[in-house]
Amino acid sequence: MSTREKEPLFSAKNLKLFTTPLGRDNPITVQVLGICSALAVTVKLEPAIVMALSVTIVTAVSNLVIAAMRKSIPDRIRIIVQLVVIATMVILVDQFLKAFAFDVSKQLSVFVGLIITNCILMGRLEAFAMANKPWPSFIDGLGNGAGYGFILIVVAFFRELLGSGTIYGYPVLAKLGIYTSGYENNGMMILPPMALISVGVIIWIQRSRDRSLIEKK
Amino acid sequence: MNFLRKKIDSIKPHFTEGGRFGKFRSVFEGFETFMFVPDKVTYKGSHVRDSIDLKRTMTVVIVALLPALVFGAYNVGLQHFRSSGAEAGLFQMFWFGFLKILPLIVVSYVVGLGIEFIAAQIRGHEINEGFLVSGLLIPLIMPIDIPLWMLALATAFAVIIGKEVFGGTGMNVFNPALIARAFLFFSYPAWMTGDKVWIEGLTKGQNIVDGFSGATPLALLAAGDTTHIPSFMEMFIGTIPGSIGETSTLAILIGAIILIITGIGSWKIILSVFAGGLSMGLLLNAFAVNPYMELPAYYHIAMGGFAFGAVFMATDPVSGAQTEKGKWIYGFLIGVLSIMIRVINPAYPEGVMLAILLMNLFAPLIDYFVIQSSINKRLKRAKVASKN
Repeated sequence: MSTREKEPLFSAKNLKLFTTPLGRDNPITVQVLGICSALAVTVKLEPAIVMALSVTIVTAVSNLVIAAMRKSIPDRIRIIVQLVVIATMVILVDQFLKAFAFDVSKQLSVFVGLIITNCILMGRLEAFAMANKPWPSFIDGLGNGAGYGFILIVVAFFRELLGSGTIYGYPVLAKLGIYTSGYENNGMMILPPMALISVGVIIWIQRSRDRSLIEKK
Repeated sequence: MNFLRKKIDSIKPHFTEGGRFGKFRSVFEGFETFMFVPDKVTYKGSHVRDSIDLKRTMTVVIVALLPALVFGAYNVGLQHFRSSGAEAGLFQMFWFGFLKILPLIVVSYVVGLGIEFIAAQIRGHEINEGFLVSGLLIPLIMPIDIPLWMLALATAFAVIIGKEVFGGTGMNVFNPALIARAFLFFSYPAWMTGDKVWIEGLTKGQNIVDGFSGATPLALLAAGDTTHIPSFMEMFIGTIPGSIGETSTLAILIGAIILIITGIGSWKIILSVFAGGLSMGLLLNAFAVNPYMELPAYYHIAMGGFAFGAVFMATDPVSGAQTEKGKWIYGFLIGVLSIMIRVINPAYPEGVMLAILLMNLFAPLIDYFVIQSSINKRLKRAKVASKN
């Protein structure tokens, strides 16, 4: 083992860990994990971005911690150990938001706390961090968080633009003078069903571009 | 006719596989079968091809919709002239309303058929006639003052998300026309409810004569006003504000008779929706704790979109229940839920749309249980027989 050449930090293999969750192995559109929060926090861009960052940080750091102590975790109690690590991270993020971004924290309300139950976290810990070294695990966590965040931000962009006529709180459509021609905001975009349909449309687009993702009958 | 036949036959080779316009085969076939009864015959085996294909089924439904459409046009004119206080003759009212409805119908067909054509070309399918009926149903369940771009958006949403993603005509879970209405109802509630949208001109700030109210009977009732609603006869004939095609129960019943005689619409569903609505109305009468609940049960049949939904929406053979017993359950529950949502939930003055969409979702489950129960019954019989 000791004779093996040391792998560079940003080897092609490690980079791939980061890029596949963005596309081919996206947690939301391919693994269909973390849907609940994707529906709940995507009404506006700002909470979606904050949520995306929070989940990315929590996933990456928990992955790192669990991977570092993966050999000393007894198999029987591994879930509870993982939960303790995640819960600690989530509380840290929650307190941080309350201290430095109180408005957003209020908007996200219970959903920051609910990161603990986000399926992506447990999924990555079980599937990756328990069997890999800390550094690849960290990258994998970053990648999955980013893949989740990417979808969140795309969905939130369209929901905010079409539902409220703003982008990141800036009234784009009003400035462009579109309302004077009879246009109106679409109230349904703000309702949760439209988030589900938006995610469905993204899945549709992705699968029609990459046909290997379509399940065989 | 002979001329047309010859013309079609002469250009047909171009549209077969490998021909000059081979790609547009389905467009050609669509138009050919629109003009002539398909001459396809089976060469092998003992199959009989019925000459009533999808296109002719749809045409019958459109004929059944005509009374509601004609009355709707008249009623749009009537309501308009009533609100402005101007005098007008019968034909003038009809013509006024017809000109107002025409753009809605054109937009709905152009957008819907456009998407159908494109989807059929991409998939290499035949062009389906499924939209022929939906395209007329959609304008008929809209308020007359709906902006055309909203109608176009809703139609596109209904055809793409309501139908094409499930695989096109015959595969949809929900009734596409109701999807269009539900989309608008939740997206632009200001244009789908209230006391202005039902009458041409009011949203554009037209003056109204004193004492005229554009509120529908359902809106009045939802606001707790049971004294100002029109008489039963008025609501049955349909000279009340409401969506274009839904006001006249009489015209809709004529359509129902056409559907039932030709066997296109299921009389079981129509009858059971009315039965469900009446029983729920009677049940509410028995527990009457407010004036709305005291309203005679038969009033509910004539108000709002109840009759229209029962005759033209619930009977949709794709999204409704398929088994004979299932049809009774499906229809009855639509009736019960419609009246329940109407009377008990103050947020929604009208419940027919939501009731039908909800039961569309449950139709496969109802069918499943009906089939299972008949399988179990036969199994039991088989066991008893084998024991003896």
